[in-house]
Amino acid sequence: MTIDLKTVKHISKLARISLDEKKAEKLATDMNSIFEFIEKLNELNTDNVEPLTSIAETTLRFRDDKITSENIREKILKNSPEKNDDFFVVPKVVE
Amino acid sequence: MSEITSLTLYELIKNIKEKKISSNEAAKSFVDRAEKSKKINAYVTENFENCLKLSKEFDDKPNFDLKLPGIPIAVKDLFCTNEVKTTAGSNILNNFVPTYESTVTQNIWNEGGILLGKLNCDEFAMGSSNETSFFGNVQNPIAEDLVPGGSSGGSSAALAANLTPVTIGTDTGGSIRQPASFTGTVGLKPTYGSCSRYGIVAFASSLDQAGPMSKDVKDSSILLEVISSFDKKDSTSIDFKRNNYSSKLTRNIKGLKIGIPKEYRVDGMPDEIEKLWKKGIEYAKDCGAKIIDISLPHTSYALPTYYIVAPAEASSNLARYDGVKYGLRSSGKNLIDMYEKTRSEGFGEEVKRRVMIGTYVLSSGYYDAYYLKAQKVRQLIKQDFDQAYNKVDAILTPSTPSSAFKIGEKSNDPVSMYLNDIFTVPVNLAGLPGISIPAGVDKNNYPLGLQIIGKPFDEQTVLNIAYSMEEKINYKNNIADWWMK
Repeated sequence: MTIDLKTVKHISKLARISLDEKKAEKLATDMNSIFEFIEKLNELNTDNVEPLTSIAETTLRFRDDKITSENIREKILKNSPEKNDDFFVVPKVVE
Repeated sequence: MSEITSLTLYELIKNIKEKKISSNEAAKSFVDRAEKSKKINAYVTENFENCLKLSKEFDDKPNFDLKLPGIPIAVKDLFCTNEVKTTAGSNILNNFVPTYESTVTQNIWNEGGILLGKLNCDEFAMGSSNETSFFGNVQNPIAEDLVPGGSSGGSSAALAANLTPVTIGTDTGGSIRQPASFTGTVGLKPTYGSCSRYGIVAFASSLDQAGPMSKDVKDSSILLEVISSFDKKDSTSIDFKRNNYSSKLTRNIKGLKIGIPKEYRVDGMPDEIEKLWKKGIEYAKDCGAKIIDISLPHTSYALPTYYIVAPAEASSNLARYDGVKYGLRSSGKNLIDMYEKTRSEGFGEEVKRRVMIGTYVLSSGYYDAYYLKAQKVRQLIKQDFDQAYNKVDAILTPSTPSSAFKIGEKSNDPVSMYLNDIFTVPVNLAGLPGISIPAGVDKNNYPLGLQIIGKPFDEQTVLNIAYSMEEKINYKNNIADWWMK
């Protein structure tokens, strides 16, 4: 199969990465060569194989429903590119 | 006495404990050498002044019971360090100053280690040559214009150039072991779940694992003992009994069974790798191990599996870089436009490529064909190892299919770059411990490594085999400090 330019542009929308025409063409070429290499997996019949989702064979632990970090608003906001006293600031989303 | 910077960690600790060297003298030596080694481009962020200050404080009130008493250590810039800039080699995090500390680095400071600085790496640890870093190429101290491997390339270069006594890297598909192999140093990827992932900039969460990098095997055992810990802050951290790896280290591996997987003899593998492997088998026999031929039949499917699983997880993990909470923000007409421009300007080419692949394989209609398929094949790869470990205690393979290559040689061909990790990737997919130790040189005198893979949580056997073989191999890096001339 081949990944065409239209698909690349669709994926870039889903991934929220803007691409110009030249970059999209280059990515289409790269992705096709990578997927050619990935297609090798189709040689294998995996009908009766359980997918391996996690290598750590543990059930997730429960923790007490207790607050462990308080008053860290300042720390959380510290690295924000744009903020006011209490909030992250983003471009206007409602008219 | 030889120069402070060329001592192993073990020797440096001994000298500090015997008060022959002070922590401050050690710090000064590494800082001085770093100042003369800018050409290597190992550091993204220097913490030199603070390191000198803290080393003085240590000397004023020394505690020699600690495992790393006043030892200056530089770490890969993928570990979040409180109040010290952490970039993950990316433009998108170029101004990020964490307000918390990764568990692994915290474990090092708790035992007396002192941060020297943050080391260059491939962007978000995606790369095998350190060429994808926003902060530029790193020079391999072995020879000019040679890559140091990746993604922990700043770490391997700093180690080989004697800019840090030991260091830590992270390994998702070979990012500790391959750079160790390229620089004539030792690198250990522990069992998945041994070292906490808390505070490590995430790449592929089901594969990422931190580990020690060092000049010899003993040093890796000392550092592993410090960084390996159960951590409630990492949901996949595993609570098992951890050894005092360094005190249990032994060269007696008599009777251990070491497997040789025939599938690792890949097409087009250079003769010198084949020869190195054969030599390795002889060394292992000399050490008293029993050699057993084994089969890992799904080996050739590991890389294609990895290049679905890792980008899929990366595309989810990297969704957090949106220009809102931290990092770079580019301006846009509206919210979506801002996201798209931020991510386009903030991510480099390789990262974009992988986010795109990941988004594609997870997108509607393709999930079953790619992601689910890859998870099933991952199961088969793991079962190969499970079966092999019914017969053997460990597995011996080459670390990489070639020695270090020139900067620029493979950067335009992603698939040929990915092939670098052919021998290391299966170990991550199966969550196993693996170590690379230097074992010889190629025709250009560039180092080549051998990999020892162990059973889950059996780092001790991996270390013991490596320690025993290291003595027989007796490899010495011959580095002429060319970058200082």
